[in-house]
Amino acid sequence: MEQHTLAQTLYGIPLNAYIIVSAVLFSIGVMGVLYRRNLIIIFMCIELMLNAVNLLLAAFGAYRGDSNGQVFVFFIMAVAAAEVAVGLAILMMIYRNTKSSDIDTLTRLKW
Amino acid sequence: MIKLVALVPLFPLLGFTITGLFSKSLSKSTASTIAGGSVLLSFIISLLLFFQVNQNPEVSHTVKLFDWIYAGKFSADLAFLIDPLSSIFLLVITGVGFLIHVYSAGYMHDDEGHNKFFSYLNLFVFFMLLLVLGNNYIVMFIGWEGVGLCSYLLIGFWFKNTDYNNAGKKAFIVNRIGDLGFLLGVFLIYVTFGSVTYTDVFSQAKFYTSDESVLVFITLLLFVGATGKSAQIPLYTWLPDAMAGPTPVSALIHAATMVTAGIYMVARSNILYTLAPTTMHIVALVGVITAVFAASIGLLQNDIKKVLAYSTVSQLGYMFLALGMGAYTAAVFHVVTHAFFKALLFLGAGSVIHAMGGEQDIRKMGGLKSHLPTTYLTFLIGTIAIAGLPPLSGFFSKDEILAAAFAHNKIFWLLGVAGSALTAFYMFRLLFLTFFGKFRGTHHQEQHLHESPKSITIPLVVLAVLSAIGGFIGIPEAFHAKHLLKSFLSPVFADSDLRMLPAEISHATEYSLMALTIVIAVVVILLARNKYVTKQELPLADGATMTPIAKLISHKYYVDELYNYIIVVPLRWVGQIFHSLVDTQIIDGLVNFTGKAVVWTSGEARKIQTGRIGYYVFVMVLSIVLLLLYISN
Amino acid sequence: MLTAILIALPLIGGLWVVTNGGQQSKKLALGFSLSALILSLVMFFQFQNNAESQFVINVPWVPGLGISFHLAVDGISLLMILLTTVLTPLIIYSSFGHKYNKPHSFYGLILLMEMALIGVFTAMDGFLFYIFWELALIPIYFICLLWGGENRARITFKFFLYTIVGSLFMLVALIYLYTQTPGTHTFDLQALYQAGQALDINAQRAVFWGLFLAFAIKMPVFPLHTWQPDTYVVAPTQGTMLLSAIMLKMGIYGVIRWLLPTVPDGAAAYANIVIILSIIGVVYASLIAWVQKDLKRLIAYSSIAHIGVISAGLFSFSEQGLQGAVYQMLSHGVNVFMLFFIVDMIEQRTKTRILDNLGGVRAVAPKFATFFLLVVMASVALPLTNAFVGEFLLLNGIYQYNPYYSFIATTTIILSSVYMLNAYQKSMLGQINETTEKFEEPQAHEKHILWICAALIIFMGIYPKALLDVAAPAIQQIMSMIK
Repeated sequence: MEQHTLAQTLYGIPLNAYIIVSAVLFSIGVMGVLYRRNLIIIFMCIELMLNAVNLLLAAFGAYRGDSNGQVFVFFIMAVAAAEVAVGLAILMMIYRNTKSSDIDTLTRLKW
Repeated sequence: MIKLVALVPLFPLLGFTITGLFSKSLSKSTASTIAGGSVLLSFIISLLLFFQVNQNPEVSHTVKLFDWIYAGKFSADLAFLIDPLSSIFLLVITGVGFLIHVYSAGYMHDDEGHNKFFSYLNLFVFFMLLLVLGNNYIVMFIGWEGVGLCSYLLIGFWFKNTDYNNAGKKAFIVNRIGDLGFLLGVFLIYVTFGSVTYTDVFSQAKFYTSDESVLVFITLLLFVGATGKSAQIPLYTWLPDAMAGPTPVSALIHAATMVTAGIYMVARSNILYTLAPTTMHIVALVGVITAVFAASIGLLQNDIKKVLAYSTVSQLGYMFLALGMGAYTAAVFHVVTHAFFKALLFLGAGSVIHAMGGEQDIRKMGGLKSHLPTTYLTFLIGTIAIAGLPPLSGFFSKDEILAAAFAHNKIFWLLGVAGSALTAFYMFRLLFLTFFGKFRGTHHQEQHLHESPKSITIPLVVLAVLSAIGGFIGIPEAFHAKHLLKSFLSPVFADSDLRMLPAEISHATEYSLMALTIVIAVVVILLARNKYVTKQELPLADGATMTPIAKLISHKYYVDELYNYIIVVPLRWVGQIFHSLVDTQIIDGLVNFTGKAVVWTSGEARKIQTGRIGYYVFVMVLSIVLLLLYISN
Repeated sequence: MLTAILIALPLIGGLWVVTNGGQQSKKLALGFSLSALILSLVMFFQFQNNAESQFVINVPWVPGLGISFHLAVDGISLLMILLTTVLTPLIIYSSFGHKYNKPHSFYGLILLMEMALIGVFTAMDGFLFYIFWELALIPIYFICLLWGGENRARITFKFFLYTIVGSLFMLVALIYLYTQTPGTHTFDLQALYQAGQALDINAQRAVFWGLFLAFAIKMPVFPLHTWQPDTYVVAPTQGTMLLSAIMLKMGIYGVIRWLLPTVPDGAAAYANIVIILSIIGVVYASLIAWVQKDLKRLIAYSSIAHIGVISAGLFSFSEQGLQGAVYQMLSHGVNVFMLFFIVDMIEQRTKTRILDNLGGVRAVAPKFATFFLLVVMASVALPLTNAFVGEFLLLNGIYQYNPYYSFIATTTIILSSVYMLNAYQKSMLGQINETTEKFEEPQAHEKHILWICAALIIFMGIYPKALLDVAAPAIQQIMSMIK
């Protein structure tokens, strides 16, 4: 048996697999956002969607031998980090004010 | 010499400016001297011009001051035309105008608005002179409207009285209805002939054969203007109300000069009218109907000035009858004689009113003959003149008109004779009720009865002399004398005379017609004398029961009421509807509706923003999915 | 160069007054507007009476888009400039009896308004014209909003929206014309003329409506007039004067300069409709004016009626109609200014504008009543007053288009005398009452204004040649493009 390195193993996985995985991940994220009512979980679902995209970007980058994909991934991670920082801060404030993290109570910005 | 014509209107204008601007600081005598003097100067120049024109009536002179209005091919200069017709009118206006200024100095002496009155009078004379002097229709229109303004100002001279103000307003507005016709006529003249200058228009009109109906329209539209200014049916209603003005105003504006503007205009445009026989018929018809209609109203009026007012309307009707017959000279002749005797009658009436302390109801007068001898005598002369007894002036001019009517249309002649019989009756009724019998006023009034001062009686005497002898400028050819006025005016009417059917009647017929009218007049006068002097009958008091016809006549056939209910009231109602419904509700409502519709739509649309995050996300995801599906197809 | 200075002067003046005016604002503003007047008089006397554009300034502004800062003056523009520069000092002077708070902003805005108006009347570049057109709206909006009367916010907002909607249509039309110019596109007036005239009839019709809506709202033409009476009533007197005496002439001027020569066929196609609307407006507004109780509102409606005659005359496609329209703009400017000034004097003295409460003023203030009568006579177009010249030419022009229309339009001489004499009688004549018994004669500054207006009315009525001569060549040129 030939000895496979990790990288070789990864290369051996067909692209379709990546696509399926990230599609599933993304769908889970979407569903989570749609179904769940807790802000933190929604937040995590969003992260899930972002990471699905990241995975796909990295996979495509590797597949095409183009590093742009990975650069994008870094950008997204940076943006996600910033988002988390701001988002969590907002979340904290909301929780302090309403003693709840249920989004159905947060309808004051309507109309 | 001819250039001096510019001074004729200038003097009254200066008089107006001075007396108007300095009405506070000028003393009464200075103001009336300036005002009267300016008209006198105009009169003197008019006389000079008259002699100049008389040397050679064939030649008309144009004096151009400057370009006035122009645009493209249209142009109207401020220019004057001096020919026999305008010089006759100049003499009448400035001559009678001057006498009335003199009269007013006495009549208005105690009025607080004395100086203002004179400035208005001067302004009137200025506009009237422009009216007859202009060499085109637009300058005529300046005068035409300007005299309307002065009429408005002078009728409402005592502006604290709302009735007087209404009368002034009515005069202005009714005149403007006529002016609408005048303006449209002028536009049609311009469109047809490419000019509004008399000489251009008339010289082209002579050869205008393409479409007679155009000429009919032009002349009819102009005639609408004339019915307004000269108080003919259907626009005569303002003139009786105009008697609200001070009496000299009634004499000058509403008898002698302004109201004859329509006759001047038709006489000036005679060639247009001659070439439009249809219009001529209408003019004659309106004239004769007005003559009889107004005379019949005059029968039952009890206000001394109202009687004279309807008499004026009636006499103007005769002038239009003459015009409609193509007897232009006769019309102008009647203008002149009428100016004399009607001014005389009004001034005489003014003298009576003055003596009676403002009373105008003839039922409260009577027996004034002995108290006011000069006034009585002159008033008598005026009355005889208007009744048409020889040899006073009214006889000649009226006879000329009736002779022309007889030659053209026997029915018009018959109506004309009937009208003159009515005239004789109501005028002598007026005379008898005022000057004969016993005094019917209050004791207080009787004690104050006095003959008017010299400044009032002198104009009366002068006008009485003119009324007596004025007819001799137009002795009928039947008497084998020279018709001075006719030969003087013949250049103006030459083109028309060529085109009119010869309407000569034999001298024998003319003699018998004259005899007939004289007999009728004498009989009628005797009837009036029998009724009002011998039997001493009095007109009924207000509110007394009358026969239906008498009621109809004494209410002036309800024409004012009719106009009010079919024109004024509905229009005002429409205005009210436009204001409160159409404008604020419908049109503005539509505008506001647009605004409200936007507000409502956005109000509904914003409800999509429920504020629920899940909902937003759901819509977002759904949209993305749909978008992807759309792209993938 | 003179043109640029003429625009710069009120601009600088306006900014100066707004920033450092203080209590001297009114005098400063009067000074600036008077110097603009002097400048425009210099221009008037230097002007050669021919159809050439004179005092031209043409510098590229945004070359990439073919926009240039192109100002020029021809006869029509010159008269409009004169109207603006004569009336602005009078309007400022007429406010001397008032005490407005924040005078620096008030007078500064008036000067800025003057700047924009002169710009509108001289711009020869489509884009520049649009800029000035909108610029003119801003000062008047604030004048009405900040110093207006009851309900001002709602009414001013409506006025603003109304006008801006119209302007947007105009912008679209201008941009469309711009895209039709050959080669590198340009907003230059002459190029727009050529582009517009080359359009086929359907495109011309569309462009016509785009431009016409803006102008019709400004004039205003029936049935787009409903902003006007409310705005006139609610605006401070000086605002009303600016609006009625000068600003609505922008619409008429726009038709003459930017509409008729640009899309002559489109205009001809709709002339009938426009004239019908206009003469409906004449009768309609006159009848409404007749039943008004508020003198200011009455004059607002009478203004609609007079403008109806002008806009009908404009579309008669006759030289008389155009010349009459230009002349009537000037006359109407003077007359309506004087009327509103008189209303203001009445309101200041009696605290009311309701006709039924007035009466008998002539007994205590005969001079005032005489001035009022003069302007009443001018607004009913009595001959030898200024309005007769214009109205006569206009009606004559309409007659050449269609005699029946002229008949209806000419009823204005009857109807105007009905409502004006009615108003005059109710306010000035009759018995005096407690509201009017202390009515004072005009004071010094009021007397000056009244005399100046009276002199203008009579001079323009007796010797219109002085002004007709100026406009005639420019009008002939426009006529040659329309025919």
